[in-house]
Amino acid sequence: MSREILQVSGLSMRFGGLLAVNGVALTVKEKQVVALIGPNGAGKTTVFNCLTGFYKPTGGTILLDGQPIQGLAGHQIARKGVVRTFQNVRLFKEMTALENLLIAQHRHLNTNFFAGLFKTPSFRRSEQEAMERAQYWLEKVNLTEFANRTAGTLAYGQQRRLEIARCMMTQPRVIMLDEPAAGLNPRETDDLKALIGYLRQEHDLTVLLIEHDMKLVMSISDHIVVINQGTPLADGTPEQIRGNADVIKAYLGEA
Amino acid sequence: MNRNLKQAFFSALLVWAVAFPVLGLKLSIDGINLIVHTQGAYTITIIAVCSVLMFLRVLFDRQWSAMMGSRSGRKLVSPAVSNFLTLPRTQRWIIMGLIVVALVWPFFGSRGAVDIATLILIYVMLGLGLNIVVGLAGLLDLGYVGFYAVGAYSYALLSHYYGLSFWICLPIAGLMAATFGFLLGFPVLRLRGDYLAIVTLGFGEIIRLFLRNLTDLTGGPNGISNIEKPTFFGLSFERRAAEGMQTFHEYFGLPYNSINKVIFLYLVALLLALLALFVINRLLRMPIGRAWEALREDEIACRALGLNPTVIKLSAFTLGAAFAGFAGSFFAARQGLVTPESFTFIESAIILAIVVLGGMGSQLGVILAAIVMILLPELMREFSEYRMLMFGALMVLMMIWRPQGLLPMQRPHLELRR
Repeated sequence: MSREILQVSGLSMRFGGLLAVNGVALTVKEKQVVALIGPNGAGKTTVFNCLTGFYKPTGGTILLDGQPIQGLAGHQIARKGVVRTFQNVRLFKEMTALENLLIAQHRHLNTNFFAGLFKTPSFRRSEQEAMERAQYWLEKVNLTEFANRTAGTLAYGQQRRLEIARCMMTQPRVIMLDEPAAGLNPRETDDLKALIGYLRQEHDLTVLLIEHDMKLVMSISDHIVVINQGTPLADGTPEQIRGNADVIKAYLGEA
Repeated sequence: MNRNLKQAFFSALLVWAVAFPVLGLKLSIDGINLIVHTQGAYTITIIAVCSVLMFLRVLFDRQWSAMMGSRSGRKLVSPAVSNFLTLPRTQRWIIMGLIVVALVWPFFGSRGAVDIATLILIYVMLGLGLNIVVGLAGLLDLGYVGFYAVGAYSYALLSHYYGLSFWICLPIAGLMAATFGFLLGFPVLRLRGDYLAIVTLGFGEIIRLFLRNLTDLTGGPNGISNIEKPTFFGLSFERRAAEGMQTFHEYFGLPYNSINKVIFLYLVALLLALLALFVINRLLRMPIGRAWEALREDEIACRALGLNPTVIKLSAFTLGAAFAGFAGSFFAARQGLVTPESFTFIESAIILAIVVLGGMGSQLGVILAAIVMILLPELMREFSEYRMLMFGALMVLMMIWRPQGLLPMQRPHLELRR
């Protein structure tokens, strides 16, 4: 069996008197797709924010490859290879699709001031390679023809794909998708499913996602974690979750 | 109609209320008594005409705006032309043209004109530097003049106490200003927007008061005078050289002419401004330039992608400050005198106005705005006391008609070649 890449235990997050997340545990193995589901306001995005360093969790441990990462700043966690997308797409709207992808490669580029000032060969090479990587991913997410369009003018589905491509430019190991299928039509959702499968197969990526589209969740997840009102409710394979009485009750209410 | 009439009447009354005490009355002193005169019939007539015009304007407000509305279809500048003018490529050619003109004309211009042009170039440098911080990185900095002062005093002090020459002090001044930018940036950059503006405003004032009160070192309010002018490879432009130095006119066997000094200073300023232009132009196309813009657009997304916002902001702040330092040391050299009063808040405001007026992020815009902002007050000297009033009015109108600035620039996109 493959290694465990992300281990979360006893994660809690308190905002003043509100306990938004209470004792959530998660184990994600390498190359797995794990879904985090729950009713609206259950605290799923808060869990994401804790995992990616946007919030400092009030309790619990987060281990990435056995190393604790709780309490690190967002950009430090991203550099360790955990990147995320956002529920409401956050692209750099005034910049072109291509430039969005170049920015994500920032720390892999030659940022030496004098190299850039005098356009040294190594600077040119580094920029050229960045362009090629960007071009590769634009093709993968089917956006090559929109490379020079500003990101804000792209259609919603295209923006979602571009955001995933942008994450991939940082060469991550774990990608966290916050409702990637929200606002997509059925065809685009199928494309998304294929893309996630591709990321896992070809790029050895581990995927953690929040999603409300149950058809999508059930078909691509290896493991599902259900939380309700900040507390873990159930945990298991799609089949186990489908038959779990507590989960059905949380979603549909008491019969 | 009734409501319109009432409003129009009030507006006309308001014209009287505002204009009559200011323009219509005059105070004079007779012995120890203060006497209030009314102005002549001429002034009163003008106020009356104005109030009637105001009355009519408000009364026929709807008809007026309908008339303006039908005309507003035609733009002052056609969209095709304005699109062409905002293209990065066009602007590059215009800048090239401006550089050629700037290189040639001091040899034909008058002494006073060259002097003003030198001043304009200082502001071009400052504007370009602040453009990094405000235009690109989106950090509102109201204390930019502080770094300008640090640069000026760095040269003044080093020259005064250690007799170092301008060319040695120039990089030191830039470095000093950059250091101050860095030091201020550390605690401050977690703030954003208005809060950052207030803290930087405070910083600018602190520097000025510091220089003013450190009398032993900086000469306090009197400042430091007799600062040496830059030399041309060791050749001085004075009439008589100091000991062990040679003058420019002796070396080349020319008769002494004081305009040589003015032209030389102008060329030095031009050199520095061109250097700033080149460096910033390159920065825009480097990863760090892209990161500044990305940070301005979405800081959270930047963090999620592993970009360290603090480092990126600090670099913008530090580099911007360095350019102010260069400009400051040149200012000290040109003026020959620095006092704390040269670095008041109004300077910061003028530099910021240059950036905003020019069109954020546009280098050509900054250059044009610097020319306008420095030249206009000079040209309007005849109107003496109304000068600043007209200046203010112009800026208000400008922001109403062209909020995007004089000559904004479309972002230079990196194109994917296929």
